[in-house]
Amino acid sequence: MELIEFLRQPWPWYVAGPLIGLIVPILLIAGGKLFGVSANLRHACAACVPGDIEFFKYDWKKSGKWNLVFVAGTILGGFIGGWLLSNPDPIKISAQTITDLKALGISDFSGMLPSDVFNWENVASTQGIILMIVGGFLVGFGARYAGGCTSGHAITGLADLQLASLLAVIGFFAGGLFITYIIYPFIF
Amino acid sequence: MKNYIKYLLAGIFFGIVLIKSEVVSWFRIQEMFRFDSFHMYGIIGLGVVIAMISIQIIKRKNIKDMEGNAITISPKDPKQVTRYIVGGTLFGFGWALTGACPGPLFSLAGAGYSIMIVPILSALAGTWVYGKIRPSLPH
Repeated sequence: MELIEFLRQPWPWYVAGPLIGLIVPILLIAGGKLFGVSANLRHACAACVPGDIEFFKYDWKKSGKWNLVFVAGTILGGFIGGWLLSNPDPIKISAQTITDLKALGISDFSGMLPSDVFNWENVASTQGIILMIVGGFLVGFGARYAGGCTSGHAITGLADLQLASLLAVIGFFAGGLFITYIIYPFIF
Repeated sequence: MKNYIKYLLAGIFFGIVLIKSEVVSWFRIQEMFRFDSFHMYGIIGLGVVIAMISIQIIKRKNIKDMEGNAITISPKDPKQVTRYIVGGTLFGFGWALTGACPGPLFSLAGAGYSIMIVPILSALAGTWVYGKIRPSLPH
């Protein structure tokens, strides 16, 4: 019981960082696989709606089945971490961030997302369309255009000292800062 | 299927860490982009350091994978500057809007945030449209 109590607490960055870093050698040693989540979006397109598009004409089972299994595990891990080991308390984010987000009109800080914004009733509002539908679209489009996402570039690529990944990560942050400082005041 | 159990277990491990470290939290991503906390920088930074040391050990000791094959990491072409900068920036827009990158999108869906199905489907659409217009995009 004490172990469960211990696991239910949030894990500090100096525990979580190394654990995420270890996924890279785990996958390399397991089968020479490169850690990268967003490639699965391409595999899913290739498997379900390849159309007549060159980009989706490849053997997704051969190159991507392992990764689709990995991401199925990520969903399952989310269930274990978010249900069985869930932390009952609100996340302890910085007071400054709370102040800034309250100024934008966010009031619910209890979960992983502000439920006053990310909910099914809000999907079709202008705000919901921009945050969830346009945001999701850009995650998928941008990740493939850049050849990877946070896991593939910011973790795996930087760790392998790839200049391309450094360029991509600079883009990730430039884009994120632009949205946070310039666009957020208009959509909240 | 037996050969795939190791990948399932690795994915479960990743999903749990994403939740327990609060990397999946929209609030943590906002805190990161507002430079109000070291949390996310500590996680990504230490993750990179541990992965870097591991890759160096694997390369220098010529460690083989569990199937007996040599481990190679194919380099990305750094001459394609446009795709990394423009694609990366577009991804950054999406990251800040949804508050989640692909791993957390899936992990959150598993944790019961069913609303994440919306950005996941949109991300699939974005990937598909990229594939469709790829020949006419500068890379």
